[in-house]
Amino acid sequence: MMRAAMSGDASAYRTFLEAVSPVLRASARRNLMRIGRPISDVEDIVQETLLAIHLKRHTWESDRPIRPWIAAIARNKLVDLLRRRGHHVEIPIEYIDDSPSDEGSDPLGRHELDRMLETLNERQRDIVRSLSLNGATVRETANRLSMSEGAVRVSLHRALGALAALYRRDSK
Amino acid sequence: MNTSGLINVLVMDRAPSLSLRRTIAVALAIGAVFTGLVFLPMVGIRPDIAQVAFTWRFIAKAVVVLMIAMSAIGLMLRLARPDGEFGQLKWALWLILLVLTLAVGTELIAVPPAQWENRLFGIHWLFCLCLILLFSLPPFVGLFVALKRAAPRNEGLAGAIAGIAAGGIGASIYVAHCPDDSPLFVATWYSLAIALVALAGLFAGRRLLKW
Repeated sequence: MMRAAMSGDASAYRTFLEAVSPVLRASARRNLMRIGRPISDVEDIVQETLLAIHLKRHTWESDRPIRPWIAAIARNKLVDLLRRRGHHVEIPIEYIDDSPSDEGSDPLGRHELDRMLETLNERQRDIVRSLSLNGATVRETANRLSMSEGAVRVSLHRALGALAALYRRDSK
Repeated sequence: MNTSGLINVLVMDRAPSLSLRRTIAVALAIGAVFTGLVFLPMVGIRPDIAQVAFTWRFIAKAVVVLMIAMSAIGLMLRLARPDGEFGQLKWALWLILLVLTLAVGTELIAVPPAQWENRLFGIHWLFCLCLILLFSLPPFVGLFVALKRAAPRNEGLAGAIAGIAAGGIGASIYVAHCPDDSPLFVATWYSLAIALVALAGLFAGRRLLKW
């Protein structure tokens, strides 16, 4: 399954990412609780980790187990987030969510990802937002922005790279 | 944006992702070919290479630098991954040290002490040092461009090992020119040159390989 997912089968890839997310969420929550950090950061870690898994998928070798690879990326991103939080002074204590819901993310909550998205250029932000909607397709986004599908894909790919760079800049 | 939105986006990005291993192989090949075709002809291949090719000193020198290059490349391929570990390759490092020590020991026995200094400094040690650094530069640059795609657990360590790999490749090509074969010379100046490249790699890794 992982192999199919990594080698271009979109629906297998979606299944893979959706299966990984709850595992990441659970381990992020566990780790944050252990070190006494606000649980509200959980979803930021999950999102940053998913982005890293995606952008670094070529560093997984198909003959190796995938779990340690995922765990290593998750650990790295947890460290990055803590470093980021260490620099920004605003750690709202009252933010601590004492009713951790186990399913998905808070659909109304604002995540770090949104802050990063705002820093992207308008076109990239538009494309990412548009494609994030359920059932969105590249074709329809391309039509709406009067771009070719290829141009949308290229722009999307660059946007993801730019997002990772923004996270990286903030973690320094 | 919530996480399922992010997954929607990630699934759309299906840009083909060439394996890291292959990227590194291509980068190394380009770097080595550049050194071999541009820098090596500038100083030339030593004229007596056919005669010395089967002397033990020359063979020991070639084996040591090739071993350094190969094991560092192998190690780097591991450490460039988030789950990378040293694994069995740490034995290669001890093996290199052993070969080098044996060669130096043999030389110290074979050559009277009065000549040791002569052998140590060779014909032009400073020239040799600078040339290995120069020869290492193309593989070094190629490697770091390729490693931008990597995701090392420890950026500094991966960078340092990449430096050793680049230094080992530079030194392996330089062997074709270098007129000094004494293990005393190799153990000192080659090691120093490669260590300098490793140090450059450590700093470059910390600065450039964050992911």
